[in-house]
Amino acid sequence: MRGMLQRVQTLAERRLPALTRYRRPESLPIELHRRRIYIVPTSFGVGFSILLLVMLVGALNYANNAALLLTCLLGAASATSMLVAFRNLDGLRLSHVHGGNAIAGQAIELTLSFDSGRTRNAIRLDLGDTSIAFAVDANTSAIVRIRVPTAQRGWQPLPRLRLRTSWPLGLFRAWSWLHPDQSVLVWPRPEPAGPPPHAPADDARHMRLHQGDELAALRDYRAGDPQRRIAWKASARHLNLLVKDFEQPQSPPQWQLDWRQLAGLGKEARIARLARWLGEAQAQRRSYSLWLPGTEIPSGSGPLHYAHCMSALAQLP
Amino acid sequence: MTPPSPDQRSEPAIGQRAFDLLSLTMAFVLGLHAPHLPWWFVVMLALVLGWRWWQRRLASGTVPRWLKLPLLAMLTLAVIVQYGSIFGRVPGAMLAIGLLILKLLETEAPRDVRVGISFACFALMTALLFDQGMLTTFVVALGLLPALATLRALEPAQGAPTLPRSLLPGLGLLAAALPLALLAFLLVPRLGAPLWGAPSPTEARTGLSDSMSPGNFTELLTDDHPAMRVSFDGTPPPPDQRYFRAYVMWNYDGRSWRHIKGSLGHPVPIEVARSIHYRISLQPSHQRVLPTLDVPLAAPPRAILQRDREVLADEPVNDPLNYQLSSALSYRLQPALDERSRRLGLRLPTHFNPRTRVLATQWRQRYGTDDAAIVRAALALFHDGGFRYTLAPAPLGRDAVDDFLFDTREGFCEHYSSAFTVLMRDAGIPARVVTGYQGGYWNPLADYLLVRNSDAHAWSEVWLAGRGWVRVDPTGAVRPERVSLGAAAAAGDQLGWYRSDWLQGLRNHWDIVNRWWDQGVIGFDALRQRGLLTPFGVQDTDTATLGMLLAISSVLFIAIGLGWALLRRQTHDALRTALRELERKLAHAGLRRRQGEGPQHYLSRAARALPGQRRELGTLMGNYLELRYAHDEPPTEPLRAFRRAVREFRVDGVVK
Repeated sequence: MRGMLQRVQTLAERRLPALTRYRRPESLPIELHRRRIYIVPTSFGVGFSILLLVMLVGALNYANNAALLLTCLLGAASATSMLVAFRNLDGLRLSHVHGGNAIAGQAIELTLSFDSGRTRNAIRLDLGDTSIAFAVDANTSAIVRIRVPTAQRGWQPLPRLRLRTSWPLGLFRAWSWLHPDQSVLVWPRPEPAGPPPHAPADDARHMRLHQGDELAALRDYRAGDPQRRIAWKASARHLNLLVKDFEQPQSPPQWQLDWRQLAGLGKEARIARLARWLGEAQAQRRSYSLWLPGTEIPSGSGPLHYAHCMSALAQLP
Repeated sequence: MTPPSPDQRSEPAIGQRAFDLLSLTMAFVLGLHAPHLPWWFVVMLALVLGWRWWQRRLASGTVPRWLKLPLLAMLTLAVIVQYGSIFGRVPGAMLAIGLLILKLLETEAPRDVRVGISFACFALMTALLFDQGMLTTFVVALGLLPALATLRALEPAQGAPTLPRSLLPGLGLLAAALPLALLAFLLVPRLGAPLWGAPSPTEARTGLSDSMSPGNFTELLTDDHPAMRVSFDGTPPPPDQRYFRAYVMWNYDGRSWRHIKGSLGHPVPIEVARSIHYRISLQPSHQRVLPTLDVPLAAPPRAILQRDREVLADEPVNDPLNYQLSSALSYRLQPALDERSRRLGLRLPTHFNPRTRVLATQWRQRYGTDDAAIVRAALALFHDGGFRYTLAPAPLGRDAVDDFLFDTREGFCEHYSSAFTVLMRDAGIPARVVTGYQGGYWNPLADYLLVRNSDAHAWSEVWLAGRGWVRVDPTGAVRPERVSLGAAAAAGDQLGWYRSDWLQGLRNHWDIVNRWWDQGVIGFDALRQRGLLTPFGVQDTDTATLGMLLAISSVLFIAIGLGWALLRRQTHDALRTALRELERKLAHAGLRRRQGEGPQHYLSRAARALPGQRRELGTLMGNYLELRYAHDEPPTEPLRAFRRAVREFRVDGVVK
């Protein structure tokens, strides 16, 4: 049933250009208006109209004018709810879309911002099988977050989104398609495992302790230790004096990640390896620099630097 | 902003608010139907409803299947035990309401709620099959509010108003829908004949019956419901002539008077001196008889004039009925009495009421052949013989008339008319009992006579040679107010506090609204609908025309609705308007603003082209840029100054 509906929809979209008219990507902001809002009765709406028909025939048959009046009132209210449903979408504006960060294969979070001049209730944003309901207050913007699956690195155009509402009574469903002309950058997926980068001076002598400000251990007093280092409280329970020993591990040495070092690998494999190294470097709080064809990122560290490097990787042709 | 909530495609459980509103709707429907359902049934359903609501509220527990099925079986059994069948109006309503409440037990998903609400709307409508009064209709329409609010509550992501406030938007929706609803009501073509059998209600409210035995009027005389409303062409008859005949009763078996069924034959002749034309709108009486003012001249459509000039409709009156006819006010009815009628009018059961017979024989001997004198003697007896008018008379024995005349001497119209008629027959004067209504409340605001069930009355007719049948009201001899002021005045303080004067006056005035409702809404039938366009010169509006009218006006309403839906409030930008004006003025001088040209560039160009006004344009440009870009919102005073400056700006001459 569902598959058949899908086929019919595809056929209709191909045959009726009016339906697909707004499927072409368009630039933000997108404002919904009457030429792009569609409205049909829901299955409940169809059932309810049949009920209204039964009520109408019953009232007419028994010549019961009070019942007829009630039926007319209910029918007119249902018809009015169609206009309310339309008005719930009409004039709604998608003002901007902000993409989050994600590596290929993970879902990327999109942040959509909707503006409206009046209050709107019970609007759903559909993407594939996920659906998010939100409301917009008058003269404010609503932030809606939705997760979009990704497959591969690089610029990924935003998918077609659907806004729909069955406000207020659930009798009619109004919907409109949104296809913002915008792309989000998907980072490359790091390879699961592999060799560490060749670092020039990555040996033990870099790891020796030197004086720092983290407490490492207590040791016996040696002549020449400064008095303020003596741990008096701990010494009181021991025979001899104990001294606090401070140390600081030296920060790991810098990595110079270079596209040219991985000459034996394919392009995507190189990118995956570099991505893994970037991740490791970030986890080990190293500072690192990245050389890519056409791009050279000087040494640095921190999340911004990481994002910069990953984005550069993602954008490789 | 309401935080967005994730939502699965599988149907989510319904919220507490939606369930509360659904329970409220069901309770409302149950309350509306309570008056015509057995009380124990209503109590049980209310308990089920309350328990289910409490169960959902405490913990969203479900009702096990082993409980639901026996309840369903019990419901069906209860209906069958109560009424013997599940078909018919009352059993059907009982079953429907029971099913509606039981639906609540399995309501877990939005789909169940929607089904329940649809069913509740239907049940609301069926409440109108029992009573279509204005107040009932209004209350039933109010029942739509919780129903609509329930449907709204099913929608995701919305504000959370309090329970009473969540009912309000439904009111707005109904108010907006009212014009369209009224239009559809006016134009939906009515059926000339029902598609299937209209229900015949079995339970009849108290009304006039075709037999009269002592005491069976008591219920009627305390029933305040309107029986009919009468409006007259010209001046209404005076109160003592407001006798509405319904049944003429000939047969007396010693206990009750009976109307002769099927008294066919031509209506008896009548010589009319004065007649009046009037319209009656009759409330459903579930009987065929149509009361008429005094003696009618002809029957209205779909009714027959009987031999004694009673009017019987072809069908029992189950819906409000409007009819108009003419009646004689001063007349001679059946001037020549045929032998059969004389025999009928003198017939009495043998071996009943011996003392009455003795009294009548005495009168006959005293007054000889003067029938009128005997009538006067009987009325004098009622007036002076210590008789009392009461709605709660002492019970009478086998010789009812003897007991009444010589022992108890208390009673109301049916005792008096019965005793009087028996007296006359014993004295050899043809006589009969007539029942109907007498009096009524004349409503001066809308010029109509309101006749209530409590105005039911019984009187006598005697046949006098040369005068025909003459109406004699023996009750009037005992209690003249009964005739001149009406039933309430005669009953005095026997009717309880709620019939006190001011309250009665209020009810009488309020009746205008009811009359308007009955005539304008309930009485709007196929016939009236056909005359809808008479003011526009169309005499007979047929179904096709009505359908077309309905279509046209629906389109009109859709257009209005669409206009409202498409209404966009343009944000008015005064600064932009002022700049447009300036551009227009400069364009006259040949300085058009180019596509994509900024205001600064454009105005500088204008200043270069118009050296004489360079300073002026420079100031305008500076002001504009200041107003536009230095503030979020242009301040009022400088904006006004800028607009004034633009208005006063004139292009002097052009140097190209």
